[in-house]
Order: sequence, then structure tokens, then C-alpha cells
Amino acid sequence: MESRVKIEYASKNFGSVVALKNASLSVQPGEVVLIIGPSGSGKSTLLRCVNRLEHLSSGEIWVNGRRITDPHGDIRGIREEVGMVFQNFHLFPHLDAISNITLAPRTVKKVPKDEAEERGRALLKRVGLSDKEFSYPDQLSGGQQQRVAIARALAMDPQIMLFDEPTSALDPEMIKEVLDVMLDLARDGMTMLVVSHEMGFARAAADTVVFMDQGEIIEKGSPAGIFDSPREERTRKFLKHIL
Amino acid sequence: MAEVDGDRRYRDAVRETRIAVTDGTLIPDRDEKAIFSAWRISFFGAIALLVILPVFSPRPYLDIIRFIPDGVFRTLQVTVLSIMLALVIGLIAGLGRISRVTVINRIATIYVEVIRGIPLLVQLFYIYYALGALVQLPRLTSAVIAMSVCYGAYMGEIFRAGILSIPKGQMEAALALGMSRSQALRKVILPQTLRVILPPVGNEFIALLKDSSLVSVIAVSDLLRRGREYAATTFRYFETFTVIALVYLILTLFFSRLVAYMEDRMARRGK
Ligand SMILES: Nc1ncnc2c1ncn2[C@@H]1O[C@H](COP(=O)(O)OP(=O)(O)OP(=O)(O)O)[C@@H](O)[C@H]1O
Ligand SMILES: [Mg+2]
Repeated sequence: MESRVKIEYASKNFGSVVALKNASLSVQPGEVVLIIGPSGSGKSTLLRCVNRLEHLSSGEIWVNGRRITDPHGDIRGIREEVGMVFQNFHLFPHLDAISNITLAPRTVKKVPKDEAEERGRALLKRVGLSDKEFSYPDQLSGGQQQRVAIARALAMDPQIMLFDEPTSALDPEMIKEVLDVMLDLARDGMTMLVVSHEMGFARAAADTVVFMDQGEIIEKGSPAGIFDSPREERTRKFLKHIL
Repeated sequence: MAEVDGDRRYRDAVRETRIAVTDGTLIPDRDEKAIFSAWRISFFGAIALLVILPVFSPRPYLDIIRFIPDGVFRTLQVTVLSIMLALVIGLIAGLGRISRVTVINRIATIYVEVIRGIPLLVQLFYIYYALGALVQLPRLTSAVIAMSVCYGAYMGEIFRAGILSIPKGQMEAALALGMSRSQALRKVILPQTLRVILPPVGNEFIALLKDSSLVSVIAVSDLLRRGREYAATTFRYFETFTVIALVYLILTLFFSRLVAYMEDRMARRGK
């Protein structure tokens, strides 16, 4: 089967800073890939290159067989297939929950208002926020905001979801409500690239764990393989830190 | 360096959503009791004077008050038309100033620099007489063009600072959803910008209202010009300009209150 995401020898420099170095990774449909690594190791950069919020310095990335590194390619078409969830939610503060969700389908796909809202309500229900349809972001808790953000991304019917530390801005008691939504997505067969250090989620949902350090993918394997018997010294050191 | 530094300070100021860009009157705020009560005293004091004076000495005060209403109308007309056109020019200039296309960016920056370097009165003469030599424009049109070309430069800087004050994540979230840059700008960035720039735009409006008195030099019959016309035939300079000053004061105080009220409403909506 064709890879959902294929990254080959991806490198990215910010001036003299090497954020990504020859990273290669291939993600199959329905696979949940967890990316871990110390701060500054290039995890966010890797995700952000997949929907081209950052441009690679060298290397290639394909999404659903389409080469996104092609400068003349249809990046917006690809972005419709790739949802992204940010650490700080980035909800649109001037719009209520339902309008946050319907904005992109209505603007980009020209979905009629009623249809978009019906779908939006279904998504709100799915993330457990049926009663928050008309709440503005600043009326929602962090966990609720992040769930609306997930619903907003899902509204474009993506085939791939990118999560960049979706729970690290949250109070501990709100982490579970967000992880539950993500687990539900994973069970549903969504292809996911997740930067997170939530071990519970990793063991429950991840098919593959990728360890990064200094812009490089140091090793990848099954959760059990990486967490219980890492091959690389650096991985071992890092895991001792976070476990 | 100073420019960059100034820009940053400007941006911070806009982010705090309260900033006096030019010499607009203080905009009263419920929280600032001192200013609010000063506002009340000046506003109602000016109205009281404008009522009392004609009662006690109808000549010349009542005559003056009868003479100037179309001047008030003209002043408001020039101000409102100019601010609307200035907002359009300002939006374009502001977008130009943040554009990544060098040519566009350069043109917008030159426009802002040139306009800010020339006194409004000179611009007014320039557009009226110099352009008048090429195309025949009605005086009111010339006045509105001159005022809005000038204020558009300041508006451009307000738009620019406002747009830059919106966190980068907003544009990224919109792009990540598949929106184009211009869709993101229209649906996500600008609506938030409008909220941020309302106070400085309100200040510009009031400053423009006052500066509109300059159009009297190109024979637009605004409030000041009507006053001068009256004084020129009656030689009642002191009384005439007392009334003119009071009317300007009432107008600016009224609008500053209106701006404060709108700000209040905006701040409350969605809370
Ligand atoms: N826009 C940027 N400009 C300059 N340097 C950047 C930029 N974005 C990232 N970097 C640098 O690239 C490197 C990798 O950053 P990245 O954000 O991908 O790391 P990360 O693994 O996500 O870290 P964290 O866990 O702290 O989020 C870091 O050294 C970072 O300072
Ligand atoms: Mg990161």
C-alpha cells in the first residue's frame, strides 16, 4: 500500500541552526507515529514540514503520493488532507466554537452554511462539547479549546492528522479529555503523527515510536521495543529523563 | 535602529489597545474617573454656554448660531468621507507595508514617509492647486482627497501595527486548514485587527475632525469658513470664534465619547 506520508532525507536549517538532518520516515495508512525527543531536537520542525508551514532545505516529502516539496505543487490541496493541532490551540478568538469549525469548510470547500454547521455540530458531539456550540474560545477551558481545535481540523476531512504537543499547555486534569479524543481517532483508523511525551497514549495507541535528537531520527520501533529495550545510548538516556 | 525600536514600541502600544497616535482628545473611559468627569464638565459646560450666550445676548450670538449649521454639516461631511477613504487607503498601505513583494513594500513605505513629511496644509494646497491645474475637481472632492491621502498614511501605520500584533499562530492555523493567504487575511487576521485598531482609528477620526478646519483655506464652506464669513461682514470676531470653538469642542467631545462607547461594546462582545 502507498505510504500516507513519505519523508526522505529531509534537512532543514534555520541560518546556522540545523533543525532537521537527513530524516527519513514513512507512515502507512492508519498508522499512529509518536515522535519523542529532547527540546530543540526538531520534532516540531519535522511536523511543520509535512504541511509545508516550513520549507525543507533539502530532501523530499510525499503526502498521499503527491510531492509537497514541489514548488509548483498544489500545497493548499494537500493541506486540506492534513489536519494540524497546535500546542497552544490557535483557535480564532473572534469566532465561536461552531464558526471556528465551519470557517475552513465554508471558505475553502464552499460547503453551504447549514451543511457545514450540521457537520460541525456532529464533530462537537464527537469531542464531547455539544453544549459549547456558541462559546467563544476565551469562555472555554484549555482542554475544551484543544478539543474544539481538533474538531476544527477534522472538519476538513483530513486523512492525516499532525499533533504538536497537544497536551503540554494543559493542566493535568484536562489532559485526559484530549487524549481520549485522540485515542478515539486512532481507533477509527486515522493516520496520525503525534509529538508527545504522554506514555499512556503511546502504549495505548502508538504503532511506531520515533526518537529524535539534534535534528536526526536516532531510532524507531514499536512502543515496547523503544521504551523497554532501546538500542541507542541516547534514547536510553532520554527515556530515563522522562519516565 | 531607532525606526525599528520605535516600531516595536508602537506595536506594543497597539497591543495594549490604547494609544494616542496624534493629538486626538483623550478618550474617556469608565475606569478613568478623572478624565470622565473632566469630559462631562467640558461637554456640558460647552453646551450650556452655547445655550446661555444667545439667551442673554441674542445679538450677535443667536445670529452666529443661525449662520453656521451648514458649516457644521460640511465639516462632518468632509470628516466622515475622508475617514472612510483614509481607511481604504490605510488598509492598502498597511498591507503594502507588510508585503513580501519588494516593489509593493517599497512603494507603500515611500508613500508613508513622503506624506508624513509634508504638512497637511501644504498637501491641501498641493492637491487643490497642482492637481487642479491638470483636472478640474470640485473643491469638496479635492479636500476629501487631500485629507484622506494624508490620513491614509497614518492609517496605514495603524493597520500595519494592528496586523503585526496578531499572533503568528493565527495565520498558521488558517493556512494549515487549507486557506489561502488572502482568505486567512480576510477571515482571520483582519477581523481581529479591526478590534485592536479601533482606539487609534477613533483618535485619528477626532484628529481629522479638527484638522478638517484646514479645508477652509481652499474655500470649502466648513464650520471655520462660515465663521470667518460671518465675522468678515460683522467684525464680531471675538463672539464668532467663541461660538466656533465651542462647536468644535462639543463635536470632538461627543465623538470621543462615542468611540469610547464602541470600544466598550467591542471589548464586551464575545467575553
Ligand atoms: N523559526 C525558527 N527560526 C530559527 N530557528 C528555529 C525556528 N524554528 C525552530 N528553530 C530551531 O530549530 C531547532 C529545532 O526546533 P524544533 O522546534 O523543531 O524543536 P522541538 O523538538 O519541537 O523542541 P520543543 O520540544 O522545545 O518543542 C531548535 O534549535 C530551534 O531553536
Ligand atoms: Mg516543538
